[in-house]
Amino acid sequence: MKNFAALLETLLLTPSRNAKIAAMASYFQTTPDPDRGVALAAITRDLSLANLKPAALRQLVMARVDPELYLMSYDYVGDMAETISLIWPASADTSTAPLPTVAAFIDTVEKLPKAQLADHIASLLDAAGPAERWAMIKLATGGLRVGVSARLAKTALAAYSGQDLGEIEKIWHGLEVPYTELFAWLDGTGPRPEIQHGRTFHPMMLANPIDEARDFDRLTPADYQAEWKWDGIRVQLVIDGDSSRIFSRTGDDISAAFPDLAAALGGHAVLDGELLVGHDFNPLAFNCLQQRLNRKTPAKSHLKDYPAFVRVYDMLFDNGEDLRDLPLSERRTRLETWMVTHAGPRLDLSDLLAFASWEDLATLRAEGAAIHGHEGLMIKQRSSLYAAGRPKGPWFKWKRDPRLIDTVMMYAQRGHGRRSSFYSDYTFGIWRGNEIVPVGKAYSGFTDDELRALDKWVRAHTTNRFGPVREVEKQLVVELAFDSAHDSPRHKSGVALRFPRINRIRWDKPAGEADTIETVRALIG
Amino acid sequence: MLATPQTIDIMKHRYGANCAGRFQELAFGEPLAIDDAVVTLYPAGHILGSAQVLIEYQGRRAVITGDYKTYPDSTAQPFELVPCDLFVTEATFGLPVFQHPDPAAEIARLLASVAAQPERCHVIGAYALGKAQRVIKLIRDAGHDAPIYLHGAQEKLCGYYMEQGIDLGDLRKALDRDKDAFPGHIVIAPPSALRDRWSRRLPDPVVCQASGWMTIKQRAKQSGVELPLVISDHADWNELTDTIAATGADTVWVTHGREDALVHWCRQRGLTAEPLYIQGREEDAGE
Repeated sequence: MKNFAALLETLLLTPSRNAKIAAMASYFQTTPDPDRGVALAAITRDLSLANLKPAALRQLVMARVDPELYLMSYDYVGDMAETISLIWPASADTSTAPLPTVAAFIDTVEKLPKAQLADHIASLLDAAGPAERWAMIKLATGGLRVGVSARLAKTALAAYSGQDLGEIEKIWHGLEVPYTELFAWLDGTGPRPEIQHGRTFHPMMLANPIDEARDFDRLTPADYQAEWKWDGIRVQLVIDGDSSRIFSRTGDDISAAFPDLAAALGGHAVLDGELLVGHDFNPLAFNCLQQRLNRKTPAKSHLKDYPAFVRVYDMLFDNGEDLRDLPLSERRTRLETWMVTHAGPRLDLSDLLAFASWEDLATLRAEGAAIHGHEGLMIKQRSSLYAAGRPKGPWFKWKRDPRLIDTVMMYAQRGHGRRSSFYSDYTFGIWRGNEIVPVGKAYSGFTDDELRALDKWVRAHTTNRFGPVREVEKQLVVELAFDSAHDSPRHKSGVALRFPRINRIRWDKPAGEADTIETVRALIG
Repeated sequence: MLATPQTIDIMKHRYGANCAGRFQELAFGEPLAIDDAVVTLYPAGHILGSAQVLIEYQGRRAVITGDYKTYPDSTAQPFELVPCDLFVTEATFGLPVFQHPDPAAEIARLLASVAAQPERCHVIGAYALGKAQRVIKLIRDAGHDAPIYLHGAQEKLCGYYMEQGIDLGDLRKALDRDKDAFPGHIVIAPPSALRDRWSRRLPDPVVCQASGWMTIKQRAKQSGVELPLVISDHADWNELTDTIAATGADTVWVTHGREDALVHWCRQRGLTAEPLYIQGREEDAGE
């Protein structure tokens, strides 16, 4: 438990990605099974404990220390695990009782009857120091919140073992805590774990934005296929007879939110496609789909007005056969064949666009955006294998040209990590009558030199400070680029921008000439 | 301005020779009659020259602690317990979550980190008065005698502590030094410089901060501190409550910090206790 507590503290406090990877890699290398596997699950949030509730812990600590003092302390610290770990009275001798390992601790919390659990936890808190108390409470209540994504933890697994991250991703979702087989393979003492491909999520292959200036010159049009880029959400359909599951890009099972779709699927396959809503395969705006997301079960009216369908564009498994190491052109043929017998009212095929040159494609892209409101194009190498992650080269997205508006800088906040001494996170506003209302935040799109200049400008034009935030004189005009605009009751301007970034700093332009709410509203949709 | 000779020296160093209309020195333990009252200064253990004030009047004794700590510190005169009837105490760390660890153990963590990452430099945020000198002295006491680099704001007072016979070892200016000088070394700077332009000269620094606030991990994280060092020049909860009990005071006034919790604790023990809100004092002011 001591090493795990030290690991958590390092992960929480170190801002460097590489240092986090190194800390985890060293932990995985030096910690025995099943401890490292349980720790890995805790970090990737695949550990769920329901036995020990925060209320029980609160009761426990209030029995040990003056409840008023506990409440005042909690009010100040703001985090229960940390408050309890610090306020818990130190016992006279902490050296005698050894603390349990991470795995033993979890095992006890899961198995001990509730009546005995409180006393047991209390005795452990007595035996521990503040750091270990903090780690145990974090473990028991779930949600470590130490700033590590599952992807970063897997990167650390790759770093310590020398195995390829892509290979780890391929099997990850079929593995079970405490990952003993995985570690045996990583250590080189066991075979690569076998997983049930027909039932689990497989990490997706993602595209990079195309660099128009550099990429087109070196790409041969005939080597690539092009499709519309659909404005829905990327999903993976894992179809296993009558039981089908729908996974989001991050591997979350979202089947329950789309029972209309799940019930319509049949056969045995793993497909990649875009989830959309609409009748007769005519997609409605993203906003309509969004109303069905983040809901455990759909409303009846949504099932009727916004029926879900998937526009499929790739096939990972066909009747248990792994197609991921076949070229895209062959996967596409297999997909087309499969669709002949399985398409139905909820599945349709994403069309391939005919083009002979990149100029042809540019014309299509412009027409698609202007006439049909398409988001852009996907360009995929016909020979590409299906590789998890975002490999550079085989797949590109070519979005339609961004929307541009001139905004006025309103607030600035310091950045993180390398940028922590710079004011690098900005809030921008537009005119509504005689006032400027916030329309979006942006913290990218500028060079290091521009960042220095912006930082200097913020420091010299501060009018007010609110904690880490500075309000600045409403003078500096910045051209923002964004993908699309939407209605949003959450923003004071009533409009939210997707992917806003700084396109140009208009040192020359007076604030009075920045855009108005009317201009931005005209871009909605 | 009535103060100990060292406090007067420090004031002049910080604020200029004419920062007060008139200075009057009063050594520790020397009673001074002012009208019907007698005033005596006793060491508070906070920083060099810091004092508690005992006021005796008509047979009653009141002690005003100012900032204090009872934990041993070789850069300050040791705290002296002064029995009294009325105890006016600070409460910077007046919550039971604040239980400061042994500072030597914190320094050991620092030195282990320095040894483990020789390609980086460690920059410690420490207030220029008292904290910087104490941290340097603790580092020296742990046997680390390599040069320590100082931000310009630290130089004057480190010099003064040295004049007063506190050996801080090899101290050098960080100003205008080549980046290559820093890896593997310790740099001391005011906390405000850590995240500002000054720190850009340092190569991939491990940001450390020496402060009692560093007990709270989320707080360390919010301030971008990678290696928090819980080293405080203020009494922690246990020192506060132990000292209140040891003075034998029947009345306690609490100020400068989290008054409520300490007032609550006193009242639970049958003492008369009141918060004393002093104007112009910001929460979480420097320590």
